[in-house]
Amino acid sequence: MTQQVWLIAQRSVVRTFRQPGTWIPPLTFPLMLMAVNSNGLRAATHLPGFPTDSFLAFFLPFSFLQGALFASGIAGVDLARDIDTGFLNRLALTPVRGSALLIGQIGGAVGLGALQACVYLSVGLIFGVHIDTGVAGAFLILLLAVLIATGWGTLGLWLALRTGSGEGVQSQFPLLFFATFISSMNLPRNLIEVTWFRDVATINPVSYMIEGLRSLVISGWDAQALLLGFGFSLALIAVSLGLAGRQLKVRMART
Amino acid sequence: MSRSDEGIEAIGLRRQFKDVEAVAGIDLRVLPGEIYGFLGPNGAGKSTTVHMLTTLLPPSGGRATVAGFDVAKQGSQVRAAIGAALQEAALDPFLTGAEHLRLQASLHGIRGDERKRLIGRLLDRVGLTSAGNRKVRAYSGGMKRRLDLALALIHDPSILFLDEPTTGLDPQSRTALWDEVGRLARDEGVTVFLTTQYLEEADVLADRVGIIDHGRIVAEGTPSQLKAQIGKPTVEVVPESPDELERLRELLRRFGAETAARPGAFAVQLDGHGALPEVVRALDTENLRAAQINLHEPSLDDVFLAKTGRTLEGAEEE
Repeated sequence: MTQQVWLIAQRSVVRTFRQPGTWIPPLTFPLMLMAVNSNGLRAATHLPGFPTDSFLAFFLPFSFLQGALFASGIAGVDLARDIDTGFLNRLALTPVRGSALLIGQIGGAVGLGALQACVYLSVGLIFGVHIDTGVAGAFLILLLAVLIATGWGTLGLWLALRTGSGEGVQSQFPLLFFATFISSMNLPRNLIEVTWFRDVATINPVSYMIEGLRSLVISGWDAQALLLGFGFSLALIAVSLGLAGRQLKVRMART
Repeated sequence: MSRSDEGIEAIGLRRQFKDVEAVAGIDLRVLPGEIYGFLGPNGAGKSTTVHMLTTLLPPSGGRATVAGFDVAKQGSQVRAAIGAALQEAALDPFLTGAEHLRLQASLHGIRGDERKRLIGRLLDRVGLTSAGNRKVRAYSGGMKRRLDLALALIHDPSILFLDEPTTGLDPQSRTALWDEVGRLARDEGVTVFLTTQYLEEADVLADRVGIIDHGRIVAEGTPSQLKAQIGKPTVEVVPESPDELERLRELLRRFGAETAARPGAFAVQLDGHGALPEVVRALDTENLRAAQINLHEPSLDDVFLAKTGRTLEGAEEE
C-alpha cells in the first residue's frame, strides 16, 4: 500500500512540475495579490485594535490559502483528465488499491503546496515580515500550509470524480474562491463592521485556517487559534477524503 | 511460459444503462490461444462487453469467466490474468514511454533488475527503444498504440483485450500492430479478444469472428465460414455510357438480386443463374459496352448486411 501511494504520488508530482503553465500562475498570482493588497490596504493597520502595523504580515497567511486553492484546481483537473483519457481505467486494471490511488493522486497538490509555502514565506521574510513564533513557528506555518493544500487538493479530487471533466472541476472554483473571500482574509473578525459579513466569516472554516497561520506570524503562540486552524484543516482532509473515496467507488466500479 | 488453459466464456451477459440495453444477453466462447474478432459498428456494444470482461464494469445479468475466473466475483484474479489496451491509448502526455512502463510494472509488483530488463525488452519489441525516454506527447498515434500494447503485456498476461487498437492509425502502423498481435497468439499462445470496426482487420487477424449489432451477437464463426454462409459473389458493372444504366439494370437482374453499387454502376449478387462468363456473354449479346466489370467475393460486410439488413458503414451513420 505504501509503495503504491509512493508510485502514484511520484507520477502526480512529476506531471505537475512538467507543466509550468499550470504551476507558475498559482505560484505568482497570490504574490501579486499580496503585493497589491499590502500596499493598497496598508491604511487598515491604523484601525484601533488592528493586531499588527504590517499589513504584509497580516495578509501573508491568505497567500498560503489562495495557493492551496490553486493547487486543488490542478489536482482536480489532472484527475479529471485521467478519467477522460482512460488513464484511471489503466490504473484500475492493475492491483492498485483505491485508497492508494486517492492518497497518491494528491501528491502533486501537496508538492505544489509545499513549494508555494516555502516561496511565500521566503518572500514575506525578504520584505521584512517578522515571524513572531520564530523558527519553530515557521516550520509549523509550512506544515499547516501543506495540510491546507492537502485538504483543498482532496476536495478537488472529489469534484473531479463527481463531474468527470476538467470543465466541471473548474466551474466549481469560483464558489470556493467566494468562500475564501467571505472570511477574515482582509480584516480581523472583530473589526468587520457589517454584521452579516462578520457572521458569515465567523462560521466560515476558512477564517480559522487563515487565523491559525496568522497567529504564528503576528501574535505568538496561540493555542486556540492553532487548534482551530489545524482542526479545521484536518477536518477538511477527512471530509474530502471520505467524499472522494465514496465517489471513487462509483467512478471505478471494478468488480 | 505458462498460459491459462481457460479462455473466455460468456453466457447471457447483459448490461443495462438506465433505459438502454447496451449488451442484450450475449453468449460467446473464446478458446485459449485463439484470436477472436468482435466486429460491429460504433455503439453496437463492443466496448461495453470488453469493460465487463475486463472487470471494469459490473454486468447487469448473465455470467462470464475469463481465464477461469468469474468476472463479477473474482475481479482481482481476472485482472492478474489479463492485459488490456482499451479504446484510445490511455497515456499520460507528460510521462515518457519508459516511465509509463516503470509505473505499470511497479504497480504489478515487478521491481529491480527484472523490471529494468522487462522494460528494455518490451520497448525493443514494440520498436520504441530510441523513443523510450521521450515524453508521450511527442509520440505519433502509432507509437502511442505500440506503447499501449507494451503496457498491456508488462505482467505477461495469458489473455489480451484490444479495444479497437488500430482506429486512426495509418496503414503502415496498422500492419505493424497486426503482425505483433498475430505473433503473440502464434508464438506465445496469448488469447486475444479484439474489437474492431474494420472488416479487413477481423478478416486478416481473427481465427473466429463474432458480429455484434444492437447489443446482440448476430453471427459467429471463422471468417471463411461466415462468408460461405453468404456464398454468393457480387458482379458490379460500370456502363461505358451513363445512358445505358437502365438497360444494364434490366440485363443484370436476370442474374441475381440488386445490391449496393458505386454511383454510375449497377451490381447484383449472383444467385446461381450463371457466373461472370455468362454475364460478360450477355453484355456482348445485348451490345452493351462496359467500362468496368468487377467481381467481389463475399466479404464480412456482406455477412453483416445479410444478418442485419444494413452495411457496416450504413450502421455507423445511424
